[in-house]
Amino acid sequence: MKNMLARTLRWARRDVRAMLSIGFLSLLFALSVSAPIVAPHSPTAQNVNNTLHEPDATHPLGTDDLGRDVLSRLIYGAPATLYASFLAVAVAILLGVPVGLLAGFLGGWVDDGISRIIDTLLSFPAIVLAIAVTGALGIGLTNGMIAVGIVFSPQLARLVRAQTLIVKQELYVDAARVFGASLGRILWKHVVPNAIQPVIVQVTLLLAVALLAEASLSFLGLGVQPPQPSWGAMLARAYHYMEIAPEQMYAPGVAILLTALAFNALGESLRVALDPTNRRR
Amino acid sequence: MLTRDRVRLIARRLVQVAPVIVLATFIVFGLQQLVPGDIAVTLAGDNASDARIAEIRKLYGLDRPFLVQYGSWLWGALHGDLGRSILSGEVVIDSIARRFPTSLLIVGCALTLSLAIGIPLGILAATRPGSRVDALVTSIASLGVALPNFWLAMLLVATFALNWNFFPATGAAPLSAGLGKALLHAALPSIALAAGGIAEVARQLRSSLVEVLSSQYVRTLHAKGLSPAAILWKHGLKNVSVNLLTVIGLIFNRLLGATVVIEAVFAIPGIGSMVVHAAIHKDFPVIQGVVLALVLIVISLNLLIDVLYTVLDPRVSQK
Repeated sequence: MKNMLARTLRWARRDVRAMLSIGFLSLLFALSVSAPIVAPHSPTAQNVNNTLHEPDATHPLGTDDLGRDVLSRLIYGAPATLYASFLAVAVAILLGVPVGLLAGFLGGWVDDGISRIIDTLLSFPAIVLAIAVTGALGIGLTNGMIAVGIVFSPQLARLVRAQTLIVKQELYVDAARVFGASLGRILWKHVVPNAIQPVIVQVTLLLAVALLAEASLSFLGLGVQPPQPSWGAMLARAYHYMEIAPEQMYAPGVAILLTALAFNALGESLRVALDPTNRRR
Repeated sequence: MLTRDRVRLIARRLVQVAPVIVLATFIVFGLQQLVPGDIAVTLAGDNASDARIAEIRKLYGLDRPFLVQYGSWLWGALHGDLGRSILSGEVVIDSIARRFPTSLLIVGCALTLSLAIGIPLGILAATRPGSRVDALVTSIASLGVALPNFWLAMLLVATFALNWNFFPATGAAPLSAGLGKALLHAALPSIALAAGGIAEVARQLRSSLVEVLSSQYVRTLHAKGLSPAAILWKHGLKNVSVNLLTVIGLIFNRLLGATVVIEAVFAIPGIGSMVVHAAIHKDFPVIQGVVLALVLIVISLNLLIDVLYTVLDPRVSQK
């Protein structure tokens, strides 16, 4: 484990793209935690005398259709976005990883059944299924992201299953079994640590997918509900005033794009760094 | 072409797809089980009287056991009866039939664009790995994957429809209004959809082509003095084309989903706007109908791809 940390640090110094991504995501995290201190205005304070105003000294990114400060709403949108992405991915991990482990390790009819269910779930266009599940659970950010997590869990389950199939052939797993280790102990102590690397990469990439899904759901009115700020919801409002104030859509869109790029770049860098065939001493 | 082995393989695929279809219908109908609390209360709407709730329960047969409800829904679906919308009272299968061509036109155009632009980009990058062209294509692909498609759609509308008036900003035209008019309306939505598709096609094609071109037998072909162009066209692309089929299936699934969001931007009366509206108002017959239609289309396309794969790839029948 210590070895892995040292390797990660060495890699980070070499990989500029990864450093930039980590830097950007850390900044975003810092903003999320300190939003009430950093934001110049309240994200929900309206001012009907100052709507859709162009950027000036008091409102660096202008004001929206209700006279709310766009910069403050953007900053308050960060925690909503990170919460949404991590919630969806956590749900996907909680559902997908155990199911994949069991299918891969137990094999036989358990594997056949689970694999068939995974195949079926992957046949649904993901965002449509997420919309349908959100509709059933009730609209709102938390329900929406639980729905997204459910929809993306089969991807993780399939990956974990494939990894487990490889690891289960290893001699040390047989050895553990011979020594009478329980199923839970074998999975947790031997299979998980050795199958985890591609899962880490996939999870990082899923964060970007979840972020885009949150933005889409909030844009459609199924995610974050007014007056809570979220980048997708900000774009939904900007959409209605596109003809008179097109500049309203720039800041939230760029924020979504940069965050998705950062998660993706981090995932790709991790893929290279964790790939055993790629390991430089 | 069609040896006995292949026919047997295709038959096996057909048999394998049956449980997937049954499971899909079960998941689609099961969606309503996710509603917290009593679904009849939810369907009856706010401040409904007890009598109204009882009436709804009776009307939709919600007082019966779940499996009985599922059975009768499935029986209806097999006969083309997906019920009526709770909100509008319209027959669901009719709405789907009316709206589907609009969505399919956009998805079809987007798929064509994704392949027409993504394939050349992928080839360009794969034949010059590590070069500036490769870096550029990889960057474009990263951007395409991370770009929120509905934001791109808004930028396109603001620029090409509102500013320059090249394209209509909203709405759709049916094919019956003339191909030109229909395509003019479909242009911006298709471009917005295609961005992700282009990125995906370019990425996948690049990685599989790089692998083929760096393989042992390609090195042998080089040693035999075959020109790089001949190697690419005769050997490289031939090997990759099978992978491309899988990618097409994947992209089609994604585009079909993404069109739901894009239709909202352009106010297009397709199945996407239909399912979003239904989800917000818990109009279950509509949600279930649209999701079922979409998943059946994806499953059929994947089956078709599997069959083509069996016919095209000589390695399949040897296994």
